[in-house]
Amino acid sequence: MQTALRSSLPETDLASRANFAPHARMVREERPATAAGLPLSIRGLRKSFGDNEVLRGIDLHIPAGQFVAIVGKSGCGKSTLLRLIAGLEKIDAGSISFGQDIQPEDIRVMFQEPRLLPWARVLANVEVGLGRDRASEDAHARAEKALSEVGLAEKRDQWPSVLSGGQKQRVALGRALVSRPRVLAFDEPLGALDALTRISMQRLLERVWRDQGFTAILVTHDVSEAVALADRVLVIEEGRIAHDVTVNAARPRQRGSAELAGLEGSILNHLLSADDRT
Amino acid sequence: MSVIDSIALPRSVRLPRADGLIQWIVPLAIIAIWQVASVTGFVPTRVLPAPSDVMLAGWKLLLSGELVRNIWVSFWRASIGFLIGGSIGFAFGLANGLSQLSAKLTDTTLQMVRNVPHLALIPLVILWFGIDESAKLFLVVLGVFFPIYLNTLHGIRTVDPQLIEMGRIYGMTDGELFRRVIFPGALPSIFVGIRFALGIMWLTLIVAETIAASSGLGYMAMQAREFMLIDVVVLSILIYALLGKLADSASRVLERLTLSWHPAFQKR
Repeated sequence: MQTALRSSLPETDLASRANFAPHARMVREERPATAAGLPLSIRGLRKSFGDNEVLRGIDLHIPAGQFVAIVGKSGCGKSTLLRLIAGLEKIDAGSISFGQDIQPEDIRVMFQEPRLLPWARVLANVEVGLGRDRASEDAHARAEKALSEVGLAEKRDQWPSVLSGGQKQRVALGRALVSRPRVLAFDEPLGALDALTRISMQRLLERVWRDQGFTAILVTHDVSEAVALADRVLVIEEGRIAHDVTVNAARPRQRGSAELAGLEGSILNHLLSADDRT
Repeated sequence: MSVIDSIALPRSVRLPRADGLIQWIVPLAIIAIWQVASVTGFVPTRVLPAPSDVMLAGWKLLLSGELVRNIWVSFWRASIGFLIGGSIGFAFGLANGLSQLSAKLTDTTLQMVRNVPHLALIPLVILWFGIDESAKLFLVVLGVFFPIYLNTLHGIRTVDPQLIEMGRIYGMTDGELFRRVIFPGALPSIFVGIRFALGIMWLTLIVAETIAASSGLGYMAMQAREFMLIDVVVLSILIYALLGKLADSASRVLERLTLSWHPAFQKR
């Protein structure tokens, strides 16, 4: 959640903060665009690789600071959509706009692989995320701050090769956060982790998102992860948005609650019925 | 200088001070057995002089200044040849690893040249340069060029493309990308090239100095053969062995300093 709201609430009052959720969303949309999250407008987006049309016209508006999960079968185009948003691929047709001019540091991507430089220590790896500010005087301090946000301050002088898979992914998250991005795109960031590490990483993602208020776009094949984290779940089928599901459950969310399980079931049904049709 | 050698390397690198003596047990034992065999007459000194005789010959040559001069000449040839050949190989490796155009333009030619054994060029080189310094340097340069070229190229080509994409996303310029991602990624492979090249460097120099030279260790050995000084011949061979070991150790130290991030070099 955004800083304005955070400062108006006592740090420990999690329950009442959760009750504020509907109001919070209103506040978030009213905030000036210079603050954390950026809104995202996608119009008529198309992308082909050779003869294979992967995205066949995506229209989507994401309000600033929203947490959106994108689910779908393998090859449905969800990763391509994310790569287009992050500017990693060229757009064939249509447009993606953030409502204002953006800096490269405003958008960050986190991948399934941590992609850390094995020859740089943990802190130096986080500093990579500063982009053009790498050479600035406070680079160290900013990287250290990001590292403690992901709970790895004591690992700053380690080589990545001695870290566990979950720790590596946390360093990658620190690197993505260090430039205070306004849109953070996650491409199955937890796909390679074991179940327990995955749950603690989900909590971490939710926490940093609430703290910093960036717009989050999470591509995942795990529907329960999507409903646990997102305000809104998009189901993509054959290059189009087939369903747009709002998740109203209060935060912090109880994993395994009946409400989330029901939503998860209905989204899974969408996905499976699409499977039956083909 | 084999592939096995470079694979076994991480294990042996873990042997620092105390264990550093262990590696000398076998060479010293061989010398001791050799000495005993010579003194008892088991090995005739006409065939193989005793180590003590070899050392005596070395001491005499050391006093006359001949030994130091010849070692220095050989060392100088080896280093200069290695530096020139290594630099050219590294430059071509970089160019062809980073630029498709450059690779298309030169790789085929280089591969053709590579398949000619460079020592086969000795007659031609003598015709071109006589027994001048440049003849030896030319051969060393040629011998050293290919292992460094091939391994630099291989190292750059095999840098993880996901890391390169990451570098671009995080706004690295081409220079930064090279310095922070591509070069460090290629370094382990470049070191394999360096160690191969060091072996080829000595081999080439020995052959070249034995065939066409008026100074250097190879020349010293050939001169000694003319005068039937078998102890000096053996001495030259032993010095080659020591210098080869020295070059290899130097490259290992360098490797340990620059690749400390590599899991193989970390103490557990």
